[in-house]
Amino acid sequence: MTEAKTQSPAKPAAKKPKGKPARPTVAMPRHWHGERDARNVHWLSLDKSNSGTNTLSQDVLAALDVVLDELDADPPAGLIIRSAKPNGFIAGADISEFEDLTDPDRVVELVRRGHAILDRLEGLSYPTVALVHGFCLGGGLELALACTYRIASDDARIGLPEVRLGIHPGLGGTARLTRLISPVSAMGLMLTGRSLRARAARGLGIVDAVTQPRHFKRAAHTAISDGLKRRRRRVSVTLGNLTPARWLLGMIMRRQVASKARPDHYPAPFALIDLWQRHGAFRSRMMHREAESIARLITGETAQNLIRVFLLGEELKALGKAEDHDIRHIHVIGAGTMGGDIAAWCAMQGLRVTLQDREAKYIAPAMGRAAKYFKRRLREPAKVRAALDRLIPDLAGAGVPLADVVIEAVPEQLEIKQTLLRAIEPKLKRGALIGTNTSSIPLEQLAEVLKRPERLIGLHFFNPVAQMPLLEIVRGDNSAPEAMAFGQAFARKIDKMPLPVNSAPGFLVNRVLTPYLLEAVSLLQDGRSPEAIDGAALDFGMPMGPLELADAVGLDICLHVGQIVSPTPDWQPPEALTKLVEQGHLGRKTGRGFYRYKNGKPVGKKRAAGRPDPTIQNRLMLPLLNACVACLREGLVASADHLDAGLIYGTGFAPFRGGPIHYLRSDAGRSLLATLEDLAKSDPARYPIDPGWKAALGLQQSDET
Amino acid sequence: MSPRADEVNPARIAALRLGCGEGVPAWTVQRNCASGMQSVETAARSIADGRADLILAGGSEALSHSPILFNDRMVGWLADLNSARSLWAKLGVAAGFRPGMLAPVIGLIKGLTDPVVALNMGQTAEVLAHKFDIGREEMDALALESHQRTAQAQESGDLTEIEPIFDTRGGYYEQDDGVRPNNTMEALGKLRPAFERPFGTVTPGNSSQITDGAAWLILASEDALKRHRLKPLGRIVDSEWAALDPAQMGLGPVHAATPILQRNDLALDDVDAWEINEAFAAQVLACIAAWQDPEYCRENLGLKDALGTLDRARLNLDGGAISVGHPVGSSGARITLHLLHVLRRKRAKRGIAAICIGGGQGGALLLEAA
Repeated sequence: MTEAKTQSPAKPAAKKPKGKPARPTVAMPRHWHGERDARNVHWLSLDKSNSGTNTLSQDVLAALDVVLDELDADPPAGLIIRSAKPNGFIAGADISEFEDLTDPDRVVELVRRGHAILDRLEGLSYPTVALVHGFCLGGGLELALACTYRIASDDARIGLPEVRLGIHPGLGGTARLTRLISPVSAMGLMLTGRSLRARAARGLGIVDAVTQPRHFKRAAHTAISDGLKRRRRRVSVTLGNLTPARWLLGMIMRRQVASKARPDHYPAPFALIDLWQRHGAFRSRMMHREAESIARLITGETAQNLIRVFLLGEELKALGKAEDHDIRHIHVIGAGTMGGDIAAWCAMQGLRVTLQDREAKYIAPAMGRAAKYFKRRLREPAKVRAALDRLIPDLAGAGVPLADVVIEAVPEQLEIKQTLLRAIEPKLKRGALIGTNTSSIPLEQLAEVLKRPERLIGLHFFNPVAQMPLLEIVRGDNSAPEAMAFGQAFARKIDKMPLPVNSAPGFLVNRVLTPYLLEAVSLLQDGRSPEAIDGAALDFGMPMGPLELADAVGLDICLHVGQIVSPTPDWQPPEALTKLVEQGHLGRKTGRGFYRYKNGKPVGKKRAAGRPDPTIQNRLMLPLLNACVACLREGLVASADHLDAGLIYGTGFAPFRGGPIHYLRSDAGRSLLATLEDLAKSDPARYPIDPGWKAALGLQQSDET
Repeated sequence: MSPRADEVNPARIAALRLGCGEGVPAWTVQRNCASGMQSVETAARSIADGRADLILAGGSEALSHSPILFNDRMVGWLADLNSARSLWAKLGVAAGFRPGMLAPVIGLIKGLTDPVVALNMGQTAEVLAHKFDIGREEMDALALESHQRTAQAQESGDLTEIEPIFDTRGGYYEQDDGVRPNNTMEALGKLRPAFERPFGTVTPGNSSQITDGAAWLILASEDALKRHRLKPLGRIVDSEWAALDPAQMGLGPVHAATPILQRNDLALDDVDAWEINEAFAAQVLACIAAWQDPEYCRENLGLKDALGTLDRARLNLDGGAISVGHPVGSSGARITLHLLHVLRRKRAKRGIAAICIGGGQGGALLLEAA
């Protein structure tokens, strides 16, 4: 301590994360790097080897255990844990380790080992501080919770999102958080999986101080030498964890969660409520049971499928290498709903965007929508203004020669699009990419007018642009592989998941959705109620019923896409659909479609009474699955995994089922095919069976042998 | 121009928000009504001096955001309240509050009043109307013509330099919105004088409109033209700043343009198109009258005789500040840019843009079409 007094606090802290330690330290295992400063405070940085992001894998935890061993030999005055990665503290557990966990006992053993390490961290005789910047999620927060203090930077995002993977916190987080802060807040955070900004986390008492990273060293030294004033919630912690309170609150929570998710589809939130309700009285027992509960969940089908979905998303993301391409300026032509929203989204992601249309009156609504969206998302006036400054209305098309990517989103008419492409090509910057947002015109026809057709690809965004994570990157016959790579990189630059698809009518998502939507309309014509039809889809796990979805997309567009995707030229759309379109009832945008809308919300919609009808569900889902099989057989996308990812991220296909092909290959597959065969017998035109089914089910070989 | 309290160097803010780059210096000039012209002229000189070769210059003004201020009594009371130490002292000061302290000071009116001669700008126009015996009808006729000319130009799409403005509520503005094409002499004649009631002649109808606006030009050296492959609209050939009696500030254009004509050996008719900022109809008419007046020319401009008659068919061809408004800081840049477009449209060569400046100054630029 005498050493500490002779030093000004700022001096050793100034800048030397990689500088010479004031005292030599023991050799460190990989992942963790430690150094001792002049105040005998030990600075431990996590810099996970071979990874741009820190995750809490088994070996990182084990390495921490070794570090703690070494510190026992020479105890410091305090321990500070931070991340050496610029993007954040710790993003969570290493999710790839969760894949294919099947033995609950083995999981319990692993979890208990993790518990022991964090318990050891928590029980150290000297104060510990977690210095948190960027994301501090899942296991990362659980590690921080085992420290004495948590200091966060302004930009930190703090949360326990495990429930989104079908599990709950498993490194003592359930027990620690419900005792640190009000259990109602703690459970709310874990049940929703949402993440908090640093200041909100301090408000709840999760972090003890929020500061700028430039003050981290002084803040940490202060915490160790003087302690930090804490916002303890003693009363609400004590009262909230009393048995009657847990019993009552648990009931309320269960009811709230049940209105959003079904226990058989999503068991994790219910298991979390059970865990706290039954064992919240005693911390050690809750920890003990946490391990058992998570072992049950993580080896279950839902969690395994959700983990699969997460990893599929990562796989798609890995297809785009944004850092290989210098993408700064996007030029969007056509300021309609899609064009305007694409432009706003790109500006939101930090790119400079010029938005072109023929007249100011077409651009103005898009600017108004963008402003509203920026205000809602960015909140801070300076950030909102900067985003608006990046979005430049461009009547003259001055942005064309500056743009790295030009996206056309003009009306779906070949002539208009060809004229436009012909006009812009000579003005393009060298190496610029042309993306078309067409959903119905073959790329090859658009490429005809280009001198260099190889740089044209499809960039098929989904509506609403801000909410749909998927971006279909469409490969035309002429598209160069470099153009595809560029498009995939662009997708990452704007934080979308690229899905490369071949140019075929409807691409993947619309192609697969169309038979499903049309069957819904046919069922309506057969006399089923819209609520029963949509209810059956929701029951399957779809995020929205097909009729409500059709209303949201626009019935005119559904009809148009139906015509393109239809296998035969003499295809007749269902009368219920054409009639509504003729009457000008185009869905949500006109206030009436299959439902009536007020302020964009359906009115007079009833919940389907009684048990859902399984025949409706089969009739809806089997045409969708049949289309998936066809797309797989035709090689529209690279693999079954890509198809599953596309359907989950492009349509919201029941995530807990792991994707349509994965679902077919589960135990359900054979009976699904049998049901389809039955349906086909009754009406072969309405229920075609694709020749690819057996291959998709993996039955091919058994047939041949 | 009057910067907002939170943006004291608006040029730098504009440069950063436009993406000119962090390393590009920017500063704001202040010469009242000629700030926009001053920035263009300063840019031209910097390029001529070889200190810069590519400059974005212009002016912007948001008179609708002019501040409303506390009066001096209120400011003094607030200061006393703040410095009072004890509660009793504070209460003592607080008791000194009088409702009259709440009377606001309108920043805009302050800004448009000359503090030296204590005349409002409108009053200086009254001074000129009296001096040159300009009648109310003559003023209203010029105002009417201004609106008609702008309306005509808007209709035939001649105002190609105008960029539409988009707001955050989905609205847009493709043209200046103060133009009243259906104005009549009767309607103008009914308006009451705004500045010297009841017998004055300067009315809201024959004065410029107080508006918001912005105008920008890119100035470049020969070198920069080639390097960036720019196609110039024209060239700034000469410039002049002049000063005179603040009570007659409206004659500033006469005092600034005359030396340019002399230096370049030009008669009024040798200039194909003129822009004289329409601060007031009376003031524009006074400029024409001054050049026609042998006595004024002899005594104030050092000429032997009257300079001549400025042909109204060459002056403010598409109207001016009376119809489109006078966003003080930007008007000088606006008339410069517009004159270049007029020269191009008329396939004419030479033009002079001139502006009067509150406080008794005038500025003028001699331009040549490329």
